[in-house]
Order: sequence, then structure tokens, then C-alpha cells
Amino acid sequence: MQKKAQNIFVRRTVFAAAATFLGTVFALPLVWFFFAPFNARAELGLAIPSPFTLSNFATVFQNTFAMQALLNSLIQAAGGVVLVGAAATLAAYALSRSPIPGKGAVTYILLLFSSVVSGSAAMVPIFLIISAAGLIDTHLAVILVFAGGLLPTAMFILRDFIDAIPRSYEESAMVAGASPLQAFFDVALPVIRPGIVVVVVWAFVNIWGSFLIPFILLRSDKLMPASVAIYSFYSEAGTPIVTLLAAYSLIYSLPVIALYLLVNWKFGFRFFGGIKS
Amino acid sequence: MKKFSLLSTRAGALFLAPASALVGVFVIIPFFWVIFVSFTNRTLLGRTAVDPDFVGLQNYFALFNPTTFFTRGQFGFSLILTIQFVLLSALIGQALLGLLLAWLSQSVTPTLKSFLQTAVIAAWILPEVVIGFAWFAFLDYDNGTLNMILRGLGLPPGDWLLQQPFWVIVFFNTWRGAAFSMMLFNSAFQSIPPSYFQAADVAGATSWQKLRDIALPLIRGHVVTDLILITMWTFNVFTPFLLTHGGPSYRTEILSIYTYRIAFKDFEFGKGAAVGVVIMLINLAFALVYLRLAHKKPAEAE
Repeated sequence: MQKKAQNIFVRRTVFAAAATFLGTVFALPLVWFFFAPFNARAELGLAIPSPFTLSNFATVFQNTFAMQALLNSLIQAAGGVVLVGAAATLAAYALSRSPIPGKGAVTYILLLFSSVVSGSAAMVPIFLIISAAGLIDTHLAVILVFAGGLLPTAMFILRDFIDAIPRSYEESAMVAGASPLQAFFDVALPVIRPGIVVVVVWAFVNIWGSFLIPFILLRSDKLMPASVAIYSFYSEAGTPIVTLLAAYSLIYSLPVIALYLLVNWKFGFRFFGGIKS
Repeated sequence: MKKFSLLSTRAGALFLAPASALVGVFVIIPFFWVIFVSFTNRTLLGRTAVDPDFVGLQNYFALFNPTTFFTRGQFGFSLILTIQFVLLSALIGQALLGLLLAWLSQSVTPTLKSFLQTAVIAAWILPEVVIGFAWFAFLDYDNGTLNMILRGLGLPPGDWLLQQPFWVIVFFNTWRGAAFSMMLFNSAFQSIPPSYFQAADVAGATSWQKLRDIALPLIRGHVVTDLILITMWTFNVFTPFLLTHGGPSYRTEILSIYTYRIAFKDFEFGKGAAVGVVIMLINLAFALVYLRLAHKKPAEAE
């Protein structure tokens, strides 16, 4: 019996050591980010700032181009999120509640297309469609392309969510005299809301962080989102201005971190599978 | 009582319209358009930008030309590089590491578990350009954290982005994506009744035996789902571009970067579209397998 207790102790130690090691390895490339933004003399090396300063942030906040880029990211992400949220909710509700023929086939084909038409396969035709529509170098181009790309997965997640809600909620509302639209807006929508939040957060993070689509579709500096604009923090000699890049990267990452924490706190660690864009 | 429908067919169609329009224009039309463009010599600039000629299979012959197929910077080289990249960074790297991380998370203290998960998930959720820049600093020859550690351990430092660019993007993608597999396996392990493990504990099973004989057979469906999804994503990922731009001398030019170069650097849209079609065919094969499995076992399709 004592030997068994000893074995358990050894096993626990080995597991704890392995977990610590792996956690450290994963954290290493990011450790630099904890310090560099607060160091007025930051370089690519790891160094504890002395003194700790917010001057890098002050410089970034004074840089109108950098701030404009954050605003552009916000415009594009917000636009995409509103479109995806609204269109996906309506579509998912229809797929779940209306007797449209061939619903299963529609869902299947949507999922198939959305996973086959990836960013790398579709960059040529998406560029061509956007230029044919005269939308090259507009916020709308980025918003529409993301909305189309993210919608199938968003619809799929929301349809699962709505399927899990008893029909009797809306049925009793309609027996009491509500119209189908009232049943949707006043009864179903409040119940679906957590699902919509998840989809909206997921879409926001996807658009906010993306590089390739705005990189291809936008040209003028005043429309660039932060993900592309960040590459302008290089000196004329082509070396990165590390202090600005580090501080800007941190600011740009904050919304994503905040949203992750929010979802984690509100919904726990529920796992929503699906196809990333 | 007759079951009445909550939403008439007409209202349902109306509800579906905005989503159908968006998906139609930006997903389904591109699918067919890229096939069409791949049979033309369309370019970004010049006469063929507005009035491209139909060239039949010429773009495909150019891609699969046996004399240049395996040359660096050509399609075949890029395709083989991508397959190696997927095998090493997704199937071996992300999946195995994700399994290990999830298994470790089961059996360590809550504090250690949250440290581990936070580090792994941070690598996954941060925006790709931020991650790209962090790795650029991490790998810097003179001051980077990696070389600092290597020097501290008495090992030779390296200019990794120049000397071992392919292994850099393999490790990078493993590091970046392991969180997904970890979370999927986390939830898979949690679906196993604890009594199974308790019974094995009583019988004196080791951790490895529990993983091999109890856990893995029960989560087989999750494993297959995980492998297919991460294969598809890694196959299409563009993020290594932010680290290496496909270089040096095409050594990290996976297919997504190759397509970008052909279409948007060399301006050969026809040829770029042909690469897109090949990528879509490969995606299609994986997607069909995935949807078939997901269809069969809805419980495990999550």
C-alpha cells in the first residue's frame, strides 16, 4: 500500500513537471510582450523595463495614422458582425422553424461550400468580384466578404442553438394571439440571445484579427485596419520601430483578450466546433 | 391536434434571403468563378485584364509541367512542401501535443491547469500579426529570447529564420494551433464517465494504460474530427507569410503563399485561379469525409 502511494506521488510530480515545462514553452514567445510595451528603450531582446513607463503608449496615441487604423478595424469588424449576426439569426430561425423543403440539403451544401472555398483558394475570384462591383478599397468590400465567409458557420451554430429551444414557447405565444413575427421578436429572440452573443464574438475576433482579406482588398492608407497598418511601424531603413510596434500590438490585442475573458466567464468553457474562416 | 408551423414557407424564405444573398455572392459565385478564370489567361494589368483569352487547360499544364514541377518556387515543390507542413505541424504537432496537453490538464492541480491552458490558448486567440511579430522578436539572432536561452544553456545560437525556415513554420504552426485540439480533447475526456477511470485506478492501471485502453477508444470520433479539421485549416493557412513571406528562396512557400505570389505579385490571375481550383479539390475531399462522419454520428460531430 505504501508503494502505491509512492507511485502516485511520483506520477503527480512527473505530470506537474511536464505541465509546467509545456506551459513555459508555450508562454516563452509571448513573454517579451509583457515587458517591451512598457520599456522606452525596448529592443527585440527580453529585458525588464527600468523604469516602467507608458511613454510608448503615449506616442502611439499621438500617431493619428495608428489610431485611424484601430478605428478602421472597428468599423470593419462592427459592420461584419452586425451583418453576420442579423442575417445568421434570421436564416437559422427559418431553417429551424419553417417547413421549407430541402432544409437539410441547404445546410449540407452551405457547410460544404464554406469549407471548400477557403481564403487561399478564393482570393482571386473574391478580388475579381469586388473589383467588378467597384468596391476595391472600401470598408464595405471587407465587411461583405467577411459576412459571406463567416455566415455558413454562424448559421450552423445558431440553428443548433434554436433547435434546442422547445417550440412550445412560440406556440403558446401564437395560441395567445401573437403573430409569427411577434413570436420571433418577443419570444424566441430573447431566448436565442446567448447563442447570438457567441456567434457575434466569434465573428468579431475573426474579422478583427484577419490580415489577408484587407491586405488584398484595400489600397489607401486611410482605410487600412490595424492588422495591415502595423507594418508601417518600420523606419525608412526597414528596421522595425520596436517600442511602437510592441505598444500598438498590445492595444490591438486588448479587445480580443477582453472578449475571450467575457465569453469564458459568461458561458464557461463550452466548446463550439465549426469551421473557422 | 394538428401541428401548425411557426413560420410559413414564404416568411421562412424571406428570413433566409439576406444570408442566401451574401453566401451566394461571396462563397458560391467565387467557387464557380475561380474555375472559369482558371481556363483563361486573365492578368491584373494590361489587355488581358479586361479581355482575357480562353486558353483551355494551359494553366494546368503549366502547373503540372514535369520538367519544372519539383523546382523551387514551382507548384509541385509548393504542394509537396504543404503536405510535409500539414503532416508535421497539424497531424503530428497539433494533434499529438493537443492530446498530451488535454491529458495532462486532467491530472494536475487547478492552478497548474489554468496556467497551462492560458498559455496554450493565448497562442491561439491573439491576432496573427501580433503573433508574427512576437515570433520575429523571439527568433532574433542577436537578442531574441530563444537564442538568449540557448546561449544560457551553452548551446550554439542560430539565425533560425534563415537557417531552418521550414522547421520554424512547422513549430510555429504547432504552437499556434495546438489549443484547438487541446480544447476538443478536453471536452472529449470530460464526456467519459469518471467511474471508468476510478475502476481502472482500483485495478492499479497506469496513466498510459488508462489513456490507451479507456480514453482513446471512447473518443475515437473526436480524434477523427480533430484530424480532419486541423488538416483542412493547416492546408489553407496563410499566417506563415507573416514570418517568412514564403522565403528565403521559396523554402517556406506553402500553397496559400504560392497562390498569393502568382496572383498578386506576378499578376497571373489565370494561373493563380488554377492553383485555387486544385486547393479546392483537395479541400473538397476532406470536407466530404468530414461531413459524412459528422452526419453519421451527430453526437460526435461537434
